[in-house]
This record gives sequence, C-alpha cells and structure tokens, in this order.
Amino acid sequence: MLFDRPRAVNVDLQTDATLQVDISDALSERDKVKFTVHTKSTLPNFKQNEFSVVRQHEEFIWLHDSFVENEEYAGYIIPPAPPRPDFDASREKLQKLGEGEGSMTKEEFTKMKQELEAEYLAIFKKTVAMHEVFLCRVAAHPVLRKDMNFHVFLEYNQDLSVRGKNKREKMEDFFKNVVKSADGVLVAGVKDVDDFFEHEKTFLLEYHNRVKDASSKSDRMIRSHKNAADDINRIASTLYTLGTQDSTDVCKFFLKVSELFEKTRKIEARVAADEDLKLADLLKYYLRESQAAKDLLYRRGRALVDYENANKALDKARAKNKDVLQAETSQQVCCQKFEKISESAKQELIDFKTRRVAAFRKNLVELAELELKHAKGNLQLLQSCVGVLKGDT
Amino acid sequence: QLEEEKDEDSFDMEVAVTNPEKIGKEYFFLTIFELMNRTFSVWRRFSDFLGLYEKLSVKHSLNGCIIPPPPEKSVVGMTKVKVGKDDSSSADFVERRRAALERYLQRVVCHPSLLQDPDVREFLERDELPRAVGTHTLSGAGFLKMINRASDAVSKMTIKISDSDAWFDNKLQEVESEELQLRKLHAVVDSLVNHRKELCGNTAVFAKSMAMLGNSEDNTALSRALSQLAEVEDKMETLHQEQAASDFFILAELLADYIRLLGAVRGCFEQRMKTWQRWQEAQSTLQKKREVEAKLLWANKPDKLQQAKEEITEWEGKVTQYERDFDRISVTVRKEFLRFEKQKSKDFKSQIVKYLESLLQSQQRHVKFWEAFLPEAKAIA
Repeated sequence: MLFDRPRAVNVDLQTDATLQVDISDALSERDKVKFTVHTKSTLPNFKQNEFSVVRQHEEFIWLHDSFVENEEYAGYIIPPAPPRPDFDASREKLQKLGEGEGSMTKEEFTKMKQELEAEYLAIFKKTVAMHEVFLCRVAAHPVLRKDMNFHVFLEYNQDLSVRGKNKREKMEDFFKNVVKSADGVLVAGVKDVDDFFEHEKTFLLEYHNRVKDASSKSDRMIRSHKNAADDINRIASTLYTLGTQDSTDVCKFFLKVSELFEKTRKIEARVAADEDLKLADLLKYYLRESQAAKDLLYRRGRALVDYENANKALDKARAKNKDVLQAETSQQVCCQKFEKISESAKQELIDFKTRRVAAFRKNLVELAELELKHAKGNLQLLQSCVGVLKGDT
Repeated sequence: QLEEEKDEDSFDMEVAVTNPEKIGKEYFFLTIFELMNRTFSVWRRFSDFLGLYEKLSVKHSLNGCIIPPPPEKSVVGMTKVKVGKDDSSSADFVERRRAALERYLQRVVCHPSLLQDPDVREFLERDELPRAVGTHTLSGAGFLKMINRASDAVSKMTIKISDSDAWFDNKLQEVESEELQLRKLHAVVDSLVNHRKELCGNTAVFAKSMAMLGNSEDNTALSRALSQLAEVEDKMETLHQEQAASDFFILAELLADYIRLLGAVRGCFEQRMKTWQRWQEAQSTLQKKREVEAKLLWANKPDKLQQAKEEITEWEGKVTQYERDFDRISVTVRKEFLRFEKQKSKDFKSQIVKYLESLLQSQQRHVKFWEAFLPEAKAIA
C-alpha cells in the first residue's frame, strides 16, 4: 500500500549522500506490519547502489539489541528502538462499529467508519515514521552506520529469523534489571570528579522524569480534545436530522448550523491530531532518547566502578605481591575502557543536546503555526456563518 | 381552516431576575420588570415562582393553554452535568437557577392571556407573597412524570375525529418526533460539556508539567519557550472553561427548556382529546337516556317518564355545552400552537447565534495567544 507521508520530523538529521535510508512502503496485515526498507549508498560495502528489503518490527528490535549488547558501542547513545505497532485499540473500535451497524443510520455508520479508518491510517503512518527515524539515526551516526548487523539488516533480502520470542523476552528482562539498577548506580555513585558528567547526571535524571510526566499528561489532554470533537460531530448529525424534518425557517436554520458544526469539528479533530504529532510524539521520542542517554551514563558509571575495583585489586596484589601482572593488565583494560567511553560519551551528550534543542524548536514552531492556522480557519467559518444567520433573521 | 393569527403582543414587557440573596435557608431574587419605560421590582422566593405555576396550571391548562413549565427544582433533573457542587450555595447552581427563573418568567409575561391573569399581576405587583404550599409535586421530575403518564393514557387511543383533525394529528406527531430529537441533542451537548470540563482539567495539569519541563531544560532559550508554552496552555484552560459554561448555560439549558415545553404542548393536545371524549361520552349517555324514555313510553309509567324527560333535557344541555367546550379548546390549542412555534423559532435562532458568537470570541483569543507564542518558539537557538 503506497501512501504519501512527510519525512520523519522528530529529529534533526543531516542527509548524507554516502548512505541514505528510508521506508518507501509499508503493508499492514492481520497482525503484523511489513516495512520496505530502501537504501541508497555509494559505500563499497554494498553489492548495489540502491536496493530494498522487507522487514518486520522484531527485526528492528534485533538490530537495536545487537547495538546495546555490543561492548564497542558502550560509549554511544544507542538510538532508541521504535515502539511496537499497536493497532489493537483501533481494530477493536472497527469491530465494535461493525457489530453496531444495525443500530444506526446509514449516514452515521458511513461517517463513523470513515473516521475510524482515518484513525487507523494515522496510527499506521506514525509507526512507519518511528521505524524510519530509528534507521535514519543509525545511518547518521559516524560509527553505528558502519556496523555489520546494520548492513545485513539493510541488504540481506531473506528473513533474518530473529523472531524467537524467548530471546526477545530474555532481552526485555535483562533491560528491566538494567533500568532498575541504573538509576540507583547513578544516584548513589560517587560524585563524579568530572563536572561535565556530574552535571549531565543530575540533569538527565530530572529531565527524563519530567518528560515522562509531560508525555502522559499531553496524551490525556489530546484525548479529551478528540472526545469533544466527536461530540460536536454527533451534534452536527442530530441538528441535520432536526433540519430535515420540515422546510420551515427554523429547519433551514438548523441545516446551516449543522453544516457549520460539521466543518468546525473537522478542524477540531485536526487540532488534536496535530498536537499529537508535534507535541505528544516529540515528548514520547525524547522520553526514549533521554532513557538511552541515561543508559550511556550508566554504562560509563559501571565502567568507572570496574576501573576503581581494578585499582583496588592492583593495590591488594602489590601488597601481597601475588598475581601483580594479571592485576596490572586488568587495571589497564578497565582504564582504557573507561576513558574510551568517557571520551565518546561527552561528544554524544553534547550532540544529544543539540539535536534536542533543534527538534523542539522545529516542532514548537510548527505546532504554533498549525494552531494559528486552525484557529483562523475556525474563526472564518464562524464569522461567515454568523453573518449569514444574522442576515436572514 | 383557520389562518395564522396576527401578532397580538402589543404589551412588550421585559423581565430580569437578579441579585440572588440568601436569607435564612432560601434564596430571594430581585425580580425586575420594565413596561412602557416604567420599571418596578419585587423580591421573590424560588417557591413563589413554583406557586405561580401551580395557580396558572390549575386555571388555564383545561383551556388548552400552553403554560410555560416551571424551572427544575432538583439539581440532577435531566442533566448529568455537575453544576458546581451539589449544594445550593455553589455559585454555578445559583446562577443556573437564576437564569432559569428569568426565562420562565419572560415566557409567562410574553403570553397575552397569562399576562392578564390576576395571579400573574399579583406576582408582579404585591410586595410580599404568602409562602406557596405543596409545590414539590409540580416541579421538575414530578411535573414530567405527570405529563408522561397523561400522554401514555391518551396515545393508547387512536382516534381520528374529523377531517380538520388531520392538522392536530400531524402537529402532535411533529411535536413527539421533535421532542425525541431534542432529547438526543441534549444528551450529546451534555456529553460535550463534560468532555470540555475534562479537557479543561487535563490542560491545566499539562501546563504545569510543561512548566516543570521548562525548568529542567538547560538550554536557556528552549527553557524560556517551554515556560511560555505552559503559559499559553494555562490561557487555553481558561478558554475551555468559558466555552464549557457557554455550552451549558446557552445551549444545554435551551434544549432542556424546550424539552419541557414540548411536554407542556403535548399536554394541551391531550387536554383537547379529553374534552372530545367527554363530549362523546355525553352523547352516548344522552342516547341511552332516550332509549330508556322510549321503553318507558311503551310500559306506560308516567312518573318515571317525567324523570326520564328531565334527565334527557339535562343531558341535551351537557352535550351542547361539551361540544362548545371542544370547539373552543380546539381554537385555543391551534392558536397557542402557532404562537409557540413562532416563539420557538425566535428563541432557537437568537440563542444559537449567541452561542456561535461565544465560540467566535473564543477563537479570536485563541489566535491572539498562539500569535504571541510563535516568535518565542522561533527564538529558540
């Protein structure tokens, strides 16, 4: 199913000619979504300059997890995995509508069906955008873009056979434990000598929590907005029924008002949809990104602990004059690991800030422009309708 | 075929119900009326208004007059919307009652026959009214129950009286169908009010969380923009709150009023049917009396015959009287209905335009708020 959708807007990415990835098509089947991943590249690693493969959500997760597990990437913010496509709620509504077909008029049924289909399509577009953003982030990262698994993901045109649920569940458990202890390590850990990281730690802990809060509150607000728009829709329908009972003055009046409400509620629904796209999705994305940044700090914190322990072990070995060489080697490895992570982490966190500010700017500007556009649209509709109605009486 | 009667309101009385003041346990309202540039006012209790309705309904409902139904006594009534707190001292509740009393009284004084009624005059002029008794059955739910019971009984009869009766039949059907639609509409508007109140609360909560996020953000320009966004959302909350009030006080209450009024209209039609029934029953009683007379003539019983002749005369008189009553009520109901339709059309148009204007003003402020925010968003660097 081909469709028209704008470029993913949650992140500010530089398009690079040497590697460009996008999702050119997507197909929604019974309980899965098939994404067509399209690559254009001048890199020598690939057999062709342009090619496409079909991937499902689990394969994206496999790729993401492989990054997380890779020790080499410990010093990078791993682009957050896209959320699972969730059409359950939408499908349920469509089913309920089908069951209730007998209890409403043909117009009401057609109207509701159109809306639910539009809702389904919107969710679909969103999930495509989120999967695309993930791939683009990887493609834009100077190190991750060279990853072998990434290239396999992009090029190998067979099934990656990663849909072992057990494996995924194990991954999830592992991460749950990591997250639980991560905050603890970050908070209870020794105050970092490095001011930069100390500041980042404090900042990210608070920021992440507040983004989480803002994200859930924005969802609730937008849902109320949608509910109000639905009510206006039903008001328009009932006014229409009243208006068609007769051809008196007041009936003609009802018809005009019904028409107005039909138009304004479309605008209200658009307002809710745009707030969802520009605000709620933005917050959700930075919830995931800030978690990924926290994970980075956690990994660095753990490397620091390992380093400190290796130092202690070395002192002990020297004191006892036993296994000193082994302890020295171990300490050196830990030191290198820690320093490597610290170096790249610093740059990653700075880049994160830059991306965040740019994304917020873009989305807030677009949000304001859309809100203005809709409010002006509504205003014009109301002004012209009131003018006509007052002129008639 | 009667033509539509010409406009008879040469009296243009305006009323206002204001200044609710709590004295003891009840509220008194300052009732002001203006007629031909003269203004006078009296203090009235809520129960005074109900008492007026009771008196008017006893006198006029048998004539086929559409008596404006009294304002609801109970808070819950037809609506699931919580108007402020449930106790009678909340500002929203008092305002709702005040507005309802004003609309009620305005409808009473707009009615050319009711305005002449001595009880209405007394209501408008007398300094202090004696406390009305037994008004609990006549307000809100109790009133509706009465109307519904009456209509149940009558709708079981499907009688077509004469050719001209097709008009009454059609109109009654229209009224019933309209009432159904208005009830549906009222339920949806109710739902809208609740959702807007929810939106209001959720927006306020969201604004706070945005402010918190702005505080956390370490990029100065972005931090400021987020705080500004929080302020815009706070202003949105105010707009939503005002909008919910419009939804309720202008739209929902208009619909609730007319649902009750249509009930009263049905009551009139049913009253006319009862009058017709009474006439028919009298005619059949007269017929029976004549049969008795015939039998007595045969049996030759002069005493009983005299009584029978007297009864016949009595019933002939009743038949004539009841027929006249029926004709008169038919005329009244028809006239009342046409007046009602005109008034309804005027009411709906003016109230809905008022509602749309409130929506308009809200959108104008919407535009202002976002226009102010846009440069703040663009200033992020």
